[in-house]
Amino acid sequence: MKFLRKQLDRLKPHFSKGGRLSSLHSVFEGFETFMFVPDRVTSKGSHIRDYIDLKRSMFVVIIALIPALLFGCYNIGLQHLRAYGPVVSGLDNSVLDLFWFGFLKVLPLIVVSYGVGLGIEFFTAQLRGHEINEGFLVSGMLIPLIIPVDTPLWMLAIATAFAVIIGKEVFGGTGMNILNPALTARAFLFFSYPAWMSGDKVWVEGLMSNPDVIDGFSGATPLAVAAANETSGLPSVMEMFIGTIPGSVGETSTLAILIGALILILTGIGSWKIMLSVTLGGLGMGYLMNIFGVNPYMEIPAYYHLIMGGFAFGAVFMATDPVTATQTEKGKWLYGFLIGVLTVLIRVLNPAYPEGMMLAILLMNVFAPLIDHYVIEGNVKRRLKRAALNKA
Amino acid sequence: MSEILKIKKGLNIRLKGSADKILIPEIPVTRYGVRPVDFPGLVPKLAVRPADIVKAGSVLFTDKNLPEIRFTSPVSGTVVDIVRGDRRRLLEVVIEVSGNDYTDFGKGDPAVLTPDQIKAKLLESGLWPVIRQRPYNIVAKPSQEPKSVFISGLDTAPLAPDYDFVMHNSDMGELGTGIKALGKLTRGKVHLVLDGSNVTGSVMKNVAGAEKHYIKGPHPAGNPGIQIHHIDPVNKGEVVWYVNLQDVLAIGRLFNEGVYRHDRIIALAGSEVTKPAYHRIRSGASVTGILRGSLRDGEVRCISGNVLTGTAISAEGFLGYYDNMVTAIPEGKHHEFFGWITPGFGKFSFSRSFGSALLPGKEFVVDTNLHGGERAFVMTGVYEKVLPMDIYPMQLLKAILVEDIDMMERLGIYEVAEEDFALCEYVCPSKIEIQAIIRKGLDQMVREMS
Repeated sequence: MKFLRKQLDRLKPHFSKGGRLSSLHSVFEGFETFMFVPDRVTSKGSHIRDYIDLKRSMFVVIIALIPALLFGCYNIGLQHLRAYGPVVSGLDNSVLDLFWFGFLKVLPLIVVSYGVGLGIEFFTAQLRGHEINEGFLVSGMLIPLIIPVDTPLWMLAIATAFAVIIGKEVFGGTGMNILNPALTARAFLFFSYPAWMSGDKVWVEGLMSNPDVIDGFSGATPLAVAAANETSGLPSVMEMFIGTIPGSVGETSTLAILIGALILILTGIGSWKIMLSVTLGGLGMGYLMNIFGVNPYMEIPAYYHLIMGGFAFGAVFMATDPVTATQTEKGKWLYGFLIGVLTVLIRVLNPAYPEGMMLAILLMNVFAPLIDHYVIEGNVKRRLKRAALNKA
Repeated sequence: MSEILKIKKGLNIRLKGSADKILIPEIPVTRYGVRPVDFPGLVPKLAVRPADIVKAGSVLFTDKNLPEIRFTSPVSGTVVDIVRGDRRRLLEVVIEVSGNDYTDFGKGDPAVLTPDQIKAKLLESGLWPVIRQRPYNIVAKPSQEPKSVFISGLDTAPLAPDYDFVMHNSDMGELGTGIKALGKLTRGKVHLVLDGSNVTGSVMKNVAGAEKHYIKGPHPAGNPGIQIHHIDPVNKGEVVWYVNLQDVLAIGRLFNEGVYRHDRIIALAGSEVTKPAYHRIRSGASVTGILRGSLRDGEVRCISGNVLTGTAISAEGFLGYYDNMVTAIPEGKHHEFFGWITPGFGKFSFSRSFGSALLPGKEFVVDTNLHGGERAFVMTGVYEKVLPMDIYPMQLLKAILVEDIDMMERLGIYEVAEEDFALCEYVCPSKIEIQAIIRKGLDQMVREMS
């Protein structure tokens, strides 16, 4: 540690203003502060500051993502095994084997996502003369978890670049963006390469290139099954809850996501209000569908929506993004509720999009400032009313 | 008024080194300093030169914009130094003590004096600046009449003195006279806000002349700004005054004895103080005496005031005009290897992402390290949890940053002061200097509204 510190101190002048490598100042600082909490002390205002910083906050989110990530890796192996059987896939049923198979598939996705995203972050931070913002540490992990495992790496690279540049940096960087960057990446893929983002083939590793599967195996996600109104073909509730179903890398296991949710709520990093209100919105709309049920999809139990597709993942990790959600606490209730409602609405009533979570969150991202506006107007009116009462 | 106002939002930062309830015998002080920088927005006009002889109560400087507001010498002696900072900004007027000469401002019973006579006496003696006003958190304007006057009878800041202990060792008669004088300055009420967790035991429960309220909850429940917000909020065009409890005693002293003797009992506290205890000391006194031999080794930051809102001073520095404590905590000028990733059982945090969340009741040593780098606003809903006001802090801050006066007004700038936002600054994961932003907003409002 001391050695490392000495080396950093030795290198630092080169990266400082006027140094030979000052053009890499932000990058150096990024790495330095990654390894060492800076020695800066308070100079104005409060003399003591909370130990929490953005690195810590983002780190907690990454920890919360780990259960979903680990399960996702395992599930990729499992789905591959189910599709091709033990002989073709060369996999046996051991958890570790299946996990390892999936891990090797997911790792390149993570590497590309971080590589492209952080590269752009470093570059823009340097351009602006800012410190590198930690926001992408989470986005970079989210992106691989919400895409199909077979997504070509070059597509992922383009989508990530699009999300970071158009979705975030043009608005001024982390904290200024309107749309959730990870979902922007997914939406980009969804609309640019629909063949790779929907259908029955993309969710299971290998299916796109080798459709020669075991008889009776279908790579369709529960959402696609339900959208085709073949609700009798849905996996069991337990399977959908545990997550041994086809789907995007990290979205399938409601259980693993709930563990993440627990971490976020206990540490206070994620907003429980949003998670709860999204759930309530989804359930409420699900029940409403039941009442009007005219086709099998409308008649599935409302809670199915919570364990199918990306609902849980979106509610816990996407809708709660503090930058793109509403910023007022009251607004969070409405924001989350509408996400839930819209998700189910899109899923059930719109034949073009089997998954509604992504579009619902992106749409509500756009409306979040409007919701905040009305909440704040309410506050302003209360104050004016008080003043008027006082004068009377 | 026995109903207790319960404040839920806020945070008690559990620091090590609270003062033992012992009043140390007075330690002689040889140097005093009066700092114009203690008064936000003040443009001082100097009235003395080095080597001038002054008495306790002699004018040192006045307010350039309101010359009737005087700032006087706390002691008799010689002006030995006039310290200036950047752009010749006046920082300190330093006085070396000699003799015990004082100006006699004459006794007077506030009950028979007219409001103008009371004002005149306060202004002449240099005690007027103890009265501050909302909006803007500045010294009150003598020409105005407030709709009410607030006295906070508790301090909830980290390591703050226990006012019950302080009042046990003070002259309650002075409090009564002080309240009487303040009561003459408003047609409204004088509100005395007391600690709701100790209703029956409070030494101030029988004080006359003020409407008593009880408040209970974590910091900043003791801030006058929070109390005003909940009891008699400031609307546009209204003015509320507030005075520190011990300054009310000084007002009482002025009328009872005719002297400007700005004494108070302060807490000397903090993890770097070997014997944290209470001291009787005068406003502006050098802290050298009380700190001598009682600081731990290592780099220490001495603060006049509490850790959230105080001013950093040297170990030979002076007690601020409004401060009721001196705190010493370790400086944090060190790198920490992967500090942001550690379990953090020794790291107090408002967030529950550190091991310390599992140790309720434990007291912590906290240094002055920033614990991170400055970032844009990212996390939301954090400030709201430590600001017990019906105000949207982040939106107000953004309105100030873009200098949108209309929006600031609508979002409640008239009700706030830096100190009310100190906890927001403390908890901010983006390390934004929130108190400075609030002050900037207040200063801009003062300029625009005058």
